[in-house]
Amino acid sequence: MNGVAFIVIAILTLAAALAAATLQKLMHAALSFAVTFVGIAAFFFLLGAEFVGLVQVFVYIGAVAVLIVFTILLTRRDVEKDRGFNWSGVVVAIAVFGGLISAIFKTQSVSVAAPAIPALTVKRIGEVLMTNYVWPLQCVGLLLTAALIGALILVMEEKG
Amino acid sequence: MTLTLQLFLIVSAALFCIGLLAALSRRHAIFILIGIEMMLAAANLNFIAFWRFSPEPRQPAGVMIAIFAIAIAAAEAAVGLALVISVYRHYRTTNVDQLDQLKG
Amino acid sequence: MSWLITNLWLIPAIPLAISLVILSLAKSRRKSAAALAIVGQVIALAFAIFAFLPTLQTPGFRAVQNFTWFTFGEQALRIGWVLDPLAAAMMMMIALVGLCIFIFSVGYMADDKNFTRFFAYLSFFCGAMLGVVIANSLLLLFIFWELVGLASYLLIGFWIERPSAAAAAKKAFITTRIGDMGFFLGILWLYHSSGTLLFYDEGKGCLESAGLAMLGASATFVALLIFCGAAGKSGQFPLHVWLPDAMEGPTPVSALIHAATMVAAGVFLVARVYPLFSLGAIDGVTPSLTVVVWIGVTTALMAALIAIAQADIKRILAYSTVSQLGLMMVSLGVGGVAAGIMHLLAHGFFKALLFLGAGSVIHGCHHEQDIRKMGGLRRLMPVTFLTYAVGMMALSGVPLFFSGGSTKEEILHAAARWPASRLPYYLLLMGVILTALYMTRQIIYVFFGNRRAGSLHAHESPRVMTMPLIVLALCAIFFSAVLTPAWSWLHGYLTGERVHSEISRLIQPMLFVSLALVGAGVGLGVWMYRKAGMQDRDRAPETDPLEYAQPALFRFLENRMWLDEFYDRTVIAFATICARVSDWMDRNVWDGLVRGFGDVGELFGIFTSNVDERGINAGVDETTAGTRGLGRLMSAAHSGQIQTYLGVVAIGMLVLLLFYAWLA
Repeated sequence: MNGVAFIVIAILTLAAALAAATLQKLMHAALSFAVTFVGIAAFFFLLGAEFVGLVQVFVYIGAVAVLIVFTILLTRRDVEKDRGFNWSGVVVAIAVFGGLISAIFKTQSVSVAAPAIPALTVKRIGEVLMTNYVWPLQCVGLLLTAALIGALILVMEEKG
Repeated sequence: MTLTLQLFLIVSAALFCIGLLAALSRRHAIFILIGIEMMLAAANLNFIAFWRFSPEPRQPAGVMIAIFAIAIAAAEAAVGLALVISVYRHYRTTNVDQLDQLKG
Repeated sequence: MSWLITNLWLIPAIPLAISLVILSLAKSRRKSAAALAIVGQVIALAFAIFAFLPTLQTPGFRAVQNFTWFTFGEQALRIGWVLDPLAAAMMMMIALVGLCIFIFSVGYMADDKNFTRFFAYLSFFCGAMLGVVIANSLLLLFIFWELVGLASYLLIGFWIERPSAAAAAKKAFITTRIGDMGFFLGILWLYHSSGTLLFYDEGKGCLESAGLAMLGASATFVALLIFCGAAGKSGQFPLHVWLPDAMEGPTPVSALIHAATMVAAGVFLVARVYPLFSLGAIDGVTPSLTVVVWIGVTTALMAALIAIAQADIKRILAYSTVSQLGLMMVSLGVGGVAAGIMHLLAHGFFKALLFLGAGSVIHGCHHEQDIRKMGGLRRLMPVTFLTYAVGMMALSGVPLFFSGGSTKEEILHAAARWPASRLPYYLLLMGVILTALYMTRQIIYVFFGNRRAGSLHAHESPRVMTMPLIVLALCAIFFSAVLTPAWSWLHGYLTGERVHSEISRLIQPMLFVSLALVGAGVGLGVWMYRKAGMQDRDRAPETDPLEYAQPALFRFLENRMWLDEFYDRTVIAFATICARVSDWMDRNVWDGLVRGFGDVGELFGIFTSNVDERGINAGVDETTAGTRGLGRLMSAAHSGQIQTYLGVVAIGMLVLLLFYAWLA
């Protein structure tokens, strides 16, 4: 693992996240949201979980971000900016960040170096999915079906 | 520089908090969803980081969790966005300050 | 005979029961009421005759029936009845006179609306009076005594729509009540001293030697207290004031109650408890008897004087009754118990006769009662006149053929022999003259002379009224047969001595004294009043000759010696002051106290209501307000702002995290 790569990706991700959180123009915020996920996918690649990274790109950037863009478009009403900013949220976020950081630094066992690992193949993931994790797989399938139907019903316009 | 687990955790914590920031401080309903997605992503990052730094023999469980989490996050995003659209249709606004029907 | 004794109580019970029955009848059933009352009286008379017969057989007969009324603790209250010559003779007189008066009332009260009520009350009275005479217990006697007083009140005030009648009834009741207070105290004292109220109880009774021995010196006080009651009922001075006013009642009532029977109850009482009076007598004189004599003689003389100046026919007779009662008391006091009772019996007959005769006159003159407005009724009402004359002669004391004369002689005899003083004797002699005087005056005014305003259209009374008059007149004459000194059978009967007839005893000094006195009285009356009711020189017809001659004296006597007015100023004024004070106390003090308690209660109520409102209610209100406020506060947390919710969740998560990081 490359420390430089890590820093670059980290900066990219965090900057994009901040941008997504704070930009006033909706479209810009949505698009930086997509960039954030690119950064996270890069992190996954860095960590050796390539499959997950790619799945992340497909799902998040390909589906979720696009969905968000569409929703923004559908709920626009000639308002392009998001006015108003709630500063108390900043306080809470900083507090939580502080707490988390302090918890992290307190824990000794997390300051370890990365051990060498064999690569996790897609074949291996597939095997595991179909044997050990078959039940969660089915449940997730069910969940996705339910979500699909639910979303449809929610958005369906009433006839007549 | 050696990358320790701590660094990854710090990054994911920061990402989480930025997601929280997005959820708490923006007026538009979409941003709450954006924030939630960011938080979920940060949690995923955490899982993968832990999986990466876990000792042998390593289970694929971390990766599995992350995959399932992504799937669930996607489903939830879909439903959430459908909700936002539905609410927009009803109340003609996406300003969460005005969406306080649950008040009381 | 024992059946008679055990059922002697029926004699008073029957008239009492009949009176209750009559009270339940409707006002329209007049004939039934009168018939019932007369039948009851006939039964009582028959029973009385039946009871009288055994007492004739043995001298000193006495049969007693006692029983226990109720017990309290260790002691028992016993009552009973007694049959002896005194009781039997009284019962005969009451029943017979009562019957005559009942029959008379059928005619006299024929126009009255309340005919049935009258007979109910008359029957009630007779029952109570009969109870008085047969009672063997002083308590039982007192109970019937009070019933007699009640009957008298009801009958005097019979015409309830007349305020004067109501006032007279009230006066009678209250005056006799004053006497009865003394009577009751006497009863209590007697019971306390001797432990029994029975008269005759196989030697233990209070009139028998054992009982009397327990009394000792207190017998005098007991006797005087009992005499208070007797003085009230028999109209002795100073409690006589009710008797003349009692003439407000109908004439039959005056005849029955205030001539023959109720007023006789006082004399009867003294005779009944005579052993109490005569306990420890020295020569037949005791302090209590002396008091009786002096009160009696005062009454006799005073009433006779007042009678001379009265103009109402019934008032003259009323005062005459008072005077005769005084005479009877004197007789009892000087030791002539039998003589006194004989005069009582004779007086019962002829006074009833006189009152009924007066009633007949009043009825005939269409309810005129003033003698100055009558006159010349001799020819218009012959039967009434003749019977009235018989009564008058009996009352005046014409000896031999008329009962009143013989008894008066006996009384004068006894008074003359009284060791303590001869003064009562001389005063009684004067009384005899006065009696003859006022009766002559009355007869002349009413029956002789010219007809005046009231008697112009007079007529004789119907047969139903004149028959009783005739019966009573005959009684008055024939009764004298048993009273004469020649054959003093009644005297022997009453005292339990054996007597035998002796014509020679007929002529004795007292006879001449009596004749002289009566003659003097009648002669004086005739001379004074010969031109009564007629114009005589400068005197107007309405003016009484005595009034003309001695106006001041006449005024004094006419106004009853101002005694009523005196009582008004003193006793009644005192009672009124007491009543006012009590009223003030009641209104301000006691009522104030009660109101005070009420105010305290009210204060308490205010206090508790304040505590309730300010304290408890306020507390509850505060609590609810607090709860509501808290709720509002809590609901403020539910702002509906999802971002707020999320923020709170984040903070919670942080807290948990720190908790685990630091503590776990």
